[in-house]
Amino acid sequence: MNSFVTSIIQQSLIFSITVMGIYISYKILKFADLSADGSFTLGASVSAIMITKGFNPFTSLIISMLVGALAGLMTGILNVKLKIQDILSSILVMVGLYSINLRMMGGKANLPLFNHDSLFTGRNPLFILSIVTLLCAIFFTIFFKTKLGYLLRGIGDNENMVISLGINIGSIKIFALALSNSFIALSGSIMAQYQGFSDINMGTGTMIMGLASIVIGSSIFERIGFFNSSIICIVGTLLYRTSIALSLRIGFNPSDLKLISSIIVVIVLSIGNTGEFFTRRRRNNLKKSDIESSTTLGEAGGGNA
Amino acid sequence: MLKLSGVSKTFNKGSINEQVVFNNFSMDIDEKDFICVLGSNGAGKSTLLNIISGKVRADGGNIILKDRDVTHDTEHEKCKNISRIFQDPSLGTNPSMTIYENLSMAKNKGKRFGLSFLIDRKDEEYFKELLSTLHLGLEDKLYTPVSQLSGGQRQSLALIMAVIGEPDLLLLDEHTAALDPKTSEIVMGITRDIVEEKGLTTIMVTHNVDHAIRYGNRLVMLHRGNKIVDISGEKKNTLTKEKLLTLFKDMDDKSLFS
Repeated sequence: MNSFVTSIIQQSLIFSITVMGIYISYKILKFADLSADGSFTLGASVSAIMITKGFNPFTSLIISMLVGALAGLMTGILNVKLKIQDILSSILVMVGLYSINLRMMGGKANLPLFNHDSLFTGRNPLFILSIVTLLCAIFFTIFFKTKLGYLLRGIGDNENMVISLGINIGSIKIFALALSNSFIALSGSIMAQYQGFSDINMGTGTMIMGLASIVIGSSIFERIGFFNSSIICIVGTLLYRTSIALSLRIGFNPSDLKLISSIIVVIVLSIGNTGEFFTRRRRNNLKKSDIESSTTLGEAGGGNA
Repeated sequence: MLKLSGVSKTFNKGSINEQVVFNNFSMDIDEKDFICVLGSNGAGKSTLLNIISGKVRADGGNIILKDRDVTHDTEHEKCKNISRIFQDPSLGTNPSMTIYENLSMAKNKGKRFGLSFLIDRKDEEYFKELLSTLHLGLEDKLYTPVSQLSGGQRQSLALIMAVIGEPDLLLLDEHTAALDPKTSEIVMGITRDIVEEKGLTTIMVTHNVDHAIRYGNRLVMLHRGNKIVDISGEKKNTLTKEKLLTLFKDMDDKSLFS
């Protein structure tokens, strides 16, 4: 395999863990958690500082996850206990994390780890990353089949129903946000070790990347009727990273990437919402089938009554 | 069994929109009562259910449920012993989950929602048996997402889910109001069968005078936060719409039957 493809796959594996985290808040809990940008860097800076202090790389992964969970806990508490709107409480946490990350990295915007042992020292990165991502995917899949996992899905779906079950949805929400952010921080932590440094700006755009990957993944798999969320996350990330890498290949500047990400998200979202991008030429047919489907719907409604 | 004493509730207290809903309202509900609550808009019917279920906190007074003071319990604490069905059919179920998943969650009510698997294959027979009592064919749709069911089917499923854990109290908040007349009759029939079979204590808020007369063993009419009619027993059984009308013929407020 040439290095271009390998690096896409490796980065996708790392980012797909982030995407699983974002999937929990965005898709399952339907909570607009923008703190991903902060908690990704948080994971990276915790990992960086621990490794430069001589800790075991694996220990630093675990600690990153715990610290990430704390960030999610904070967002949750702001939202649930202090009744601050979801999007605002996550932005507040994200902004706060910027200072915390800088302080943790000793006031430096960039902390190199090249001279220290990391997860990848003397190991095949692709192998290590596959194992870690696979473990996350298995956990993710199994967790959402448990009773607690169903509660999370239920809250995103219909809070009232979960309250009726006598469940304190506030604490479940806080837990879900902690879980989501621990995934994201884990991913940031691996990223720092993979690229050999932690940077204060490395988390910028994480949220958009996550959204794009989820939307790409779900729009493809929902057509096939396949619903394993972790696979949706992994394949979605792979496709997104590939399209970004290709746009670099065809000569775009790295500084254009954020704009390209945004455009990709817009295109995929609009396809998902209206189907317009592909069906524009068949607009007449579409209208006809719309009318047909609406009449059958009406009949079905009457039949049920 | 349920005792409301001296309950008062004012919305927007101290503002120009101040609205006194209840002022020193009391009501006793006996075990296995099936109470129909009638009243015009703003009479306090929904607020009454909201106070009982904890969605709205009363300003004063006490609520005793089964010899336990639940006045200061939060909504989810109260919901452990109370089941509730709303007017909107989408509120009682989880639309993206299948019937099987919905029933499994309802069945686990009151137990721990931990890290064990929710879906138990052994439940299939039991669920099919429960659903077949509805005669809606839902027993063959166990693996269909609830979002694909009609409003009547969803309300019926919500009923089954609400009573699967044998709650102390069942609250029905105009649960047939969003359905067409025929479906509404079917769901009311199912409601009566379930309530009678399980012997549940039930409070049903309704706008439908016929339903209020036909179902239940006690009829309460609220007006501006007061009970103006409260009939039960033999009197309730022989009640007709005309008799009910004559009960407040003298009242000038015609909005009662709006």
